[in-house]
Amino acid sequence: MSYLPYAVAAWICLVGIAGVATSRNLIHLAICLTVMQSSSYVLLLSVGYVKHGKAPIFKGTKLGTTAVDPVVQALTLTDIVVSVAVIALILGLALDAHRLSGTVDPDRLADISG
Amino acid sequence: MSWIPPLLVAIPLLAAAVTAGLDHITPRPVQDALVVAASAATTAFAFVLLWSTERREVVHWFGGWRPHHGIALGIDFAAGPLAAGMCAVIGLVVTLALLYSLTFLREAARLFDALMLVALAAMCGFAMSGDLFNLFVWLELMGVAAYALTGFQVERLGPVQGAVNFAITNSIGGYLFAVGIALLYARTGALNLAQIGDALSHGSAGGLVIVAMTLLLCGFLVKGAVVPFHLWAADAYAVAPAPVCAVLGGVMTDIGLIGVARLHWAVFAVPFGNGHAVGDVLLWLGIVSALLAGTMAFLQRHLKRMLAYSVVCHIGIMLAGIGLLDSSGLAGAELIFLAHALLTAGLFFVAGILHVDHGLIDELHLRGRARGCWALAAAWFAGTIGLVGTPYAGIYLGHGLIDEGATAIGRPWVPALLWLGSALAGAALFRAGGRIFLGWGDEDDPLLGEAMEEDPLEREVLRPLLVGVALVAVVLGVVVSVVPGLGQRAEYAADRFRDTSGYAARVLRDRPTSPPPSLSISIRHTSLDSLLYGAGATIVALGLAFVGLHRRRLPRAVAAAGGRTLASPIRVLHALHSGVVGDYVTWVAVGTAVTGAAWALLLRG
Repeated sequence: MSYLPYAVAAWICLVGIAGVATSRNLIHLAICLTVMQSSSYVLLLSVGYVKHGKAPIFKGTKLGTTAVDPVVQALTLTDIVVSVAVIALILGLALDAHRLSGTVDPDRLADISG
Repeated sequence: MSWIPPLLVAIPLLAAAVTAGLDHITPRPVQDALVVAASAATTAFAFVLLWSTERREVVHWFGGWRPHHGIALGIDFAAGPLAAGMCAVIGLVVTLALLYSLTFLREAARLFDALMLVALAAMCGFAMSGDLFNLFVWLELMGVAAYALTGFQVERLGPVQGAVNFAITNSIGGYLFAVGIALLYARTGALNLAQIGDALSHGSAGGLVIVAMTLLLCGFLVKGAVVPFHLWAADAYAVAPAPVCAVLGGVMTDIGLIGVARLHWAVFAVPFGNGHAVGDVLLWLGIVSALLAGTMAFLQRHLKRMLAYSVVCHIGIMLAGIGLLDSSGLAGAELIFLAHALLTAGLFFVAGILHVDHGLIDELHLRGRARGCWALAAAWFAGTIGLVGTPYAGIYLGHGLIDEGATAIGRPWVPALLWLGSALAGAALFRAGGRIFLGWGDEDDPLLGEAMEEDPLEREVLRPLLVGVALVAVVLGVVVSVVPGLGQRAEYAADRFRDTSGYAARVLRDRPTSPPPSLSISIRHTSLDSLLYGAGATIVALGLAFVGLHRRRLPRAVAAAGGRTLASPIRVLHALHSGVVGDYVTWVAVGTAVTGAAWALLLRG
């Protein structure tokens, strides 16, 4: 078993969070959020990976053929769908912010605080 | 009765689809009737479910994919009395909010109703889900609906900023949760909660499970607005329309806590059950939330922000109750949830009415404007009394059960801190009530900072309906502590919820639950300590409110000394709640790291 995919997933997650925390542009920030979420795709796929495993389509294959885990692929797909909805909403809000204030910098948007 | 759980999700989702799809065809009254009827029907079914879970957990396997030899093949809803009770409260609050918004948000598009119903379905699904990944999906679904509802009035900048902060912070929480799911799946090969718990009960848990637990629970704590993950809450509540605030603050924020409790007792109680490491971290997070948010509530002049911090304060008390890890604590958290959901909703409704009447939502600007509005004043003060926990009102019984639980496990100092938290939040609400409804106090108070930009709200509303809904919510919330038999049933529900092996046996092997004991129908009595604490908290709240109103009349030496010592901590507190989303995300990351480090040290050391 290789540890590389797990290290990559952790790295992507941390880079994504750092990007979100320091971003000065809402669109850039939304992309950072997608980057952060990609770490869970990498993690899920590497969890379900089996060496020399075939795609999990069992029609016409012999019983006992090694295949990768189909569950994690379904999870990854669902994960992607969920994040698309969130990202679309954030991008929509970024458009509104730009229309109302002429900026997409979250620091300059800070209208309410305390 | 296993056909009921899916209905709680299916009815609101179908009604939402019909409302959104037939927007331009059906006349408005038909649409309104459909929306309210769907929400009321969901509530009614939730009560039927609550009744039928008295004997055993109601489990529904989707598509009939039942477990095979103790291995879960499909996806299930598993509802016990606690989950069913949550659904009933959620349904009730959403129904009240929909009635309130019939005239309050008349010009709003139909999408508003559809989004409220989607949020209702997602919250019910979340409360009943027996599958880890489905918890994530429901969490994100209610999140997306809530972000859209918060930013509903996009013609102004405030709602956009509030919705952006809310959406980004909660998405980060959701993604942490997703990574946690992947780790737990890697370790156990299961997604069903009972199955994961089964798999982890053999052998030692190890570091991977600690990391997974940290990510999963912190994901929920972000949703639950627990300090230091709470920073989004005040921004979102300040700008959302009042009925949306009632749903967000009353039930949706609190629902993160049922996720924490469910995950703890279904999955992590066996591997980490020895000792109090997991519970103590939750307990301290709860205590810090209660005290910090209580203080922040006192420093607000925007009514909805004040209520937002009051919500965070009570969330902290509930989390502390859960963190005691015994039945009394959990039962206390349940009862506080019930009373707090209705009272908070009622107070947000009152704030919305004040906003419509005067176009103002700022405590100082509203000073004396609502003199003579006796119905509103009664609702506001009764709600506040309920939220402080004055003996035998509102959250008192829940507080009392938490006191008992804390004393039983040898932490008698916990109740004092928690009562202080609710006294602080109550003081803020008393002060606002005194200023607005009685015209007491100074006209200006530099302690409370600058006013936020007001949003003049000019609407034709059916005022008696709004006042009526607010009064119903407050009255239902206040009487929670004196409903005969409720305390005993909450304790029984907590016992059942904490029974890890019973839950797994029922879900995976369809074993019958042991028959319920006969529960008495009498008012649950509390200890003398709780009675004194409740009375003390009320006096402290009233005293602080009075000081807040008449600070100028204090002897000059006292005022000057107080000002010198308190000025800089208050400045720091205000500065921490900066309204900049990058800061919030940093706090989420730091909070997760510190929580995980604490668990790693306590559980491995």
